[in-house]
Formats: sequence, C-alpha cells, structure tokens
Amino acid sequence: MSTASVATFNYKVVRQFAIMTVVWGIVGMLVGVIIAAELLWPDLVLWDGLQWLSYGRLRPLHTNAVIFAFGGCALFSTSYYVVQRTCQVRLFGDALASFTFWGWQAVIVLAAVTLPLGYTSGKEYAELEWPIDILITLVWVSYAVVFLGTVVKRKTPHIYVANWFFAAFILTIAVLHLVNSAEIPVSLFPMKSYSAYAGVQDAMIQWWYGHNAVGFFLTAGFLGMMYYFVPKQAGRPVYSYRLSVVHFWALIFTYMWAGPHHLHYTALPDWTQSLGMLFSLILLAPSWGGMINGIMTLSGAWHKLRDDPILKFLIVSLSFYGMSTFEGPMMSIKTVNALSHYTDWTIGHVHSGALGWVAFISIGCMYYLIPRMFGKIEMWSVKLITLHFWIATIGVVLYIAAMWIAGVMQGLMWRSVNADGTLTYAFVEALKSTYPFYAIRLLGGVLFLTGMLIMAWNVIRTVAGAKAVEGPIPAVVPAHA
Amino acid sequence: MSDFTSDFWNWYIIVLTLASVGYCAWLLWKMSKAKVQPGQPAAGGAGGKAVELMGHTWDGDLAEYNNPLPAWWMWLFWITIVFGLAYVALFPGLGKFPGLLGWTSASAYTAEAAEMDAKTKPLYDKYLAMDLKAVAADPQARAMGERLFLNYCAQCHGSDARGSRGFPNLTDADWLYGGDPETIRESITNGRMGVMPALGASLGEEKVKNAAAYVRSLSGLPSDGLKAQLGKEVFMGICAACHGPEGKGTQALGAPNLTDKIWLYDSSEATIMQGINKGRNVGLDADHKPMPPRKDSLGAGKIQVLAAYVWGLSNKPAAK
Repeated sequence: MSTASVATFNYKVVRQFAIMTVVWGIVGMLVGVIIAAELLWPDLVLWDGLQWLSYGRLRPLHTNAVIFAFGGCALFSTSYYVVQRTCQVRLFGDALASFTFWGWQAVIVLAAVTLPLGYTSGKEYAELEWPIDILITLVWVSYAVVFLGTVVKRKTPHIYVANWFFAAFILTIAVLHLVNSAEIPVSLFPMKSYSAYAGVQDAMIQWWYGHNAVGFFLTAGFLGMMYYFVPKQAGRPVYSYRLSVVHFWALIFTYMWAGPHHLHYTALPDWTQSLGMLFSLILLAPSWGGMINGIMTLSGAWHKLRDDPILKFLIVSLSFYGMSTFEGPMMSIKTVNALSHYTDWTIGHVHSGALGWVAFISIGCMYYLIPRMFGKIEMWSVKLITLHFWIATIGVVLYIAAMWIAGVMQGLMWRSVNADGTLTYAFVEALKSTYPFYAIRLLGGVLFLTGMLIMAWNVIRTVAGAKAVEGPIPAVVPAHA
Repeated sequence: MSDFTSDFWNWYIIVLTLASVGYCAWLLWKMSKAKVQPGQPAAGGAGGKAVELMGHTWDGDLAEYNNPLPAWWMWLFWITIVFGLAYVALFPGLGKFPGLLGWTSASAYTAEAAEMDAKTKPLYDKYLAMDLKAVAADPQARAMGERLFLNYCAQCHGSDARGSRGFPNLTDADWLYGGDPETIRESITNGRMGVMPALGASLGEEKVKNAAAYVRSLSGLPSDGLKAQLGKEVFMGICAACHGPEGKGTQALGAPNLTDKIWLYDSSEATIMQGINKGRNVGLDADHKPMPPRKDSLGAGKIQVLAAYVWGLSNKPAAK
C-alpha cells in the first residue's frame, strides 16, 4: 500500500460504500415493505412486547435507512470515485476517508437501534438523538475535508461539473444539520433532547432543513452522480456546459427558499408561505436543466438504450427526476396544496423521487462501479440487470400510481361538504376507500425489493472469488488548444 | 402585520427576495447571450449540427459540449420568473407589503366559513327553535347528527358510540351526568371534567383494599366478606360524599353509580384500587381524558343536532 498509494486511486473506501449501498438498500426497503403491510394489516406486529416493530417506530427507521444509509452510502461511494478520477489524484486522507466509512456505518447502526426503541427528536428526517447528531457532525466534517482536500490537490486545471454538485451537497448538508439539529441535551439514557427553537420558528427551520435535505442530499448529490456516470456509460460528452452553469447556480440558490411550501395554511405567516411557493415555482426550470443535460447527452447514441440496462436505469431515473420536479412545484401552489397536503399524494410524490430518481440512478451507478472495483468489466449477469430494471420499473409505477389515485381521492373526500354544512365523509370512510390502494402500494414495494434482491445475488456472483483492485492513476490528458 | 419586530426586517425580506429573483434572471440572461469560452469546433455534434466542445478532458474521455440553452426551457424559466414577480405584487410576500389584492389566509377562511354559515343558518335555526326530543325524531337531523358524530365524537366514543376504556358508552341508559337531552347538550357545549380525588396517601393500603372489596360487593361481584364489611366503614365515611350512601352515584358531580354492572375502566380489584389510590384526574392518570367543550368549535346549531342524536341512541324518539 505505501508504495502503491502514490500511483493508485483509493478504491477501498469506494468499494466498502458500494457494497453497503446494496446492503442498506435491501434493509431500508424491507422496512418499507413491513410498514406498508402494517397499513394494510394494522394488527400485524402490534401484540405486547413488539411495540418497537410498530408503524410509528419503524417509519422513521425506513426513511432514515433509505435516505441516509442507502442514498448516503451511494453518495459517499460515487463522490469518492468521481472526485478521484476527475481530479486524477488519489483521495485526500486515507485514514480520514476510512473514518467516514466506519463512522457512517456506526450512525446507521445506532439509528437502527435507537429509532425502534422510541428515541426520537421528533423532527422528520432528523429524528436521531443528540449523541448520534454529534457523530454525524464529525463524520460529515471529515467527509468535507476528504472531498475538498482532493479537489484542492487535483491535477486537472478545471473542476469537473459533477464535483460542483457533490461539493454543494456536502457543504449545504453540513449547514442544514448543524442548524436544524441544534438542541439542548437532557439525558443520555434514555437519549433525550429539546430543540433549540420553539413554535412556528421551529417548524420553519425544520422544513427549511427538510426541503433542502431533498434538494441537496437527494437532488444535488445525485446530479453529481448523473454528470459522471451518464456521459461515461453513454460514451458521449455532456450536452451543454452553459446549461450546467445556469442550472447549477439557480438550483442551489433557489432550493434554499422552498421550505415554507411544507407549511401552507398553517401558523406560518402568509408572506413566508408566498415566498416558499414563489421560489418553488422558479425552481422548475433549474431542476429540468439537469434532466435535459442528462438525457440530451445521449443524443447521437440513443441506440445504446436498447441493449444497455445500466443506461436504461440512468435515463429512466432522469425521466422520473423530471416528472417529480414538475410535480413538486405544482404541489407547492397553494390551491393545489389545499387538496394534496396530508394525503397519500405526498407519499406518491416522494417515492417517484426516491424510488424513480434516487434509487434508479444509484442502482445504475452501482452496476457500473462494482465490477470495476473488483477488476472486472461488467457484472456477472447483464440479463439480471435487465430483469432488475423491468421489475423495479413496474414496482415504481404501481406504487406511485396507487398513491396518486389514493391521494387525490382522499383530498376530494375530506373536503366534500353537504348542503347542511356537515362533511360528506367521516375520516374513516376515506381510509376505507384507500385500503385497496394500500394493497397495490405493498405489491409495488415488494416488486422493488425483489429487484434489490436480484441485484444482491448478481453482486455476490460478481464479487465472489474476485480480487479487490486499486485503479492506477492515468496521466493527465492535456487540454486542447 | 406583527411578524416584523422592526422595519429593518421588512426591508431585509423585500431586498433579498427581489435580489434573488433578479439574480436568477441575470444568470439566465447572461448565459443565454454570452459566449462562454471559445473551444475547439467538434467534428460532428448532436443531430448533425456543429457544436463546440469546451476543450477540457477529465478521466480520459469526459468532455463537454457547449450547446446553447434550449429555447423552450429558457422561456419556461422566464415565465416562472415573471409569474413569481406578479404573484408577490398581488399577494402578501414582500415583507409588510400586503399585496394589491389584500388577500390573507385568515380572511379567506373567515369569508368561506361565513358563507357556509349563512347558507346553513336557516336549517340550524329551525332545529334550535325545536324541542330536543322533536329534533331527535326528525330524520334529516338524525342523518346530520350521525355525520357530525362520526367526525367529532367517534375518535373517543367509537363509530358505534359504545365507547371504550375511559370513554363512556353512549348507547346504554347509564349516564355519568344525566341522560336527559338538555344535560347531554350541556355536556357537549361546555365539556366535562370529572375529578376523583387521590386517597391512597390518606387512607393507607389496608383501607384502600377494604374499600375496593366493598365497592365490588355493591354490584354483586365476588369479594372477601370481612374486607367488604370493613370497607363499608371507609365508604360511608369518605366515598359516600360523592357516590352516595347506597353507592348509586351523584349525577350533579359526575360521580358514577357503583351498583350497576357498568364500568368506565374495569371492575378488577386492581383497577378499582388504582382509582382510589391515585384518583381519576387529568394529568395524573393517563387513562383519564376530559370531555372537551365544543361551544366554540361547533356552535349552538350543530350541538343541538348532535345532542338530539346522542339522546336518540338510547331513547326511542317519537314525533310529538
């Protein structure tokens, strides 16, 4: 290692995160399937002594596992890979990079223990209690040092566009986490703290965090992936540099404002709600800029979509990205939100982003990355990738279609009023009508999980007996002109 | 608006908002006009057009074209920017500026609620003028009452109104505060908060046990005869003040009848002892939930219809 470290990339940490992406993907989605089943059969695991498997305990575990464990490992893995290769230099700080891996795994395991025990700060997507928050901070600062340190010592004259997105994601998440998780610890056993903010300010900070977790963790970070793996897999240059400039700066700037649309028609002042809606609408074009740049990169190479399942994953993920970033601004319009808010439409919207965009692009990137981490050109079975693609696609479509229909139906039923001023439907009647859609959603989730299990099998066969490799650093190609 | 503690924050919001929208517009305008950087002309670009490559290469083969911004996309961006500016001109958004339409979410709600109230007022006025028993006999009122019950009462008392632990069954003839329609209306209007004082500390374990045995004997449940005998003394000295010397309760206080076989919690010795020891009070006892007042949230008209419906659950309403 000591002599090789001069001439090779640090693939070890990339490989570790890549494998854990698949593992946590399966865990997170399995928990999702369990809670989807609990909505269908509420008594599934509610007998005495199993309260830690009840919906309320497992739901935050599901969201944390898929966003921060699955999505997080995918982001660590790909950002470490991309920053080394596009800076053409070994990752900065081997030991620190190793700490980010083990530290992040510790955060995930602690989450998996404490959330079912009922330890929660009660803030959505930031439920983890204060000792874990401190560990997250340490890991994240180390991540920033490793990533930015690598950018600083780069051998290429310019910083590649993917790294802009990764850097914006890393820096912003640090700020978001520090501000939103500011809390006053009360005790260690049981873990308990109180938010540093109160009332509507607390709600506003929470959703400033919440929406930017979507904007930077689940969007900017994954756009970073897109900007490397799509042109690589397609073998084509990125469509438009200037489009990437506009949409990058507009996207990271505008997302910051969009949080209040989560608090329409609440105690939040009207002017704040309006600004949230205004910037959510302006966000549409910058979001689509990324989709256009990704999909148009394929122009001249459309035929590759036919028989390359990795490219299928990547391009379909961009289509879902475009769809949910159209849907999001629409749902932020107050009058639309009056119908959609608190319904399963929101759940459908989130999953078209989380499954269709985040999971699809992560899966595509892992199929590209994992064989290369073990000195192979491609996965053990390309046919299984194709199978995974189709099963996952059907799963997502079933899931989001069921939630769309259920959500619009709930919204219409809740607001329906009789001539005598009474509500036409009791809450439980809307719930009863939702029941069949919960079954379809469960089926969609099971299909998606099945796809992940196929992936796991394919990964095991690819990795089994293969030797872990460290890629040699190629010489810098001098700029043209 | 009281959202701003000083004029500084008002201007802070206005300037920041307009500067941000302006920044997006500037960025878009600049990148759609300016030549970014002259690069190498590519041999064959997308769709056969000649487009320039940026001239940098990363990781072997990563390069960038510099295609112009798609026109439809640019227009989409411009439209959202113009829409956004028009929106904050019309609606609240720019600090204290209320918007040209003078719209607020509070006034929109009030107007909508007032419109609905005005529309339904004649109907509720009709029921308010009627005797509650007559309202209970009215089929339309009964249907309305059922919908109101399912939306506002079923959460605690159940869709079938049979209650659950700590929440009274409304379909039997047993009433904590009285079952005549006017009393039911009073319960809904102002809520009920029964208080059973905690007696464990003053009585001691022995006496609590004895009292519990006596209480069980009142409704014919098996109990230790000697303890019940001793417990009767405790009961007469303390409990009878509210539950009455015969244990039949006092509706004016909401003290339950202990001689029927109806239990708000349950009839086990442990539960009865818990009630005596710790009392049944909001905050002290997780089981104890008050009946909230509905005067302000529902208003007299809806309460009239609801009270008649609830009374009708355990009575046969007949038209006068």
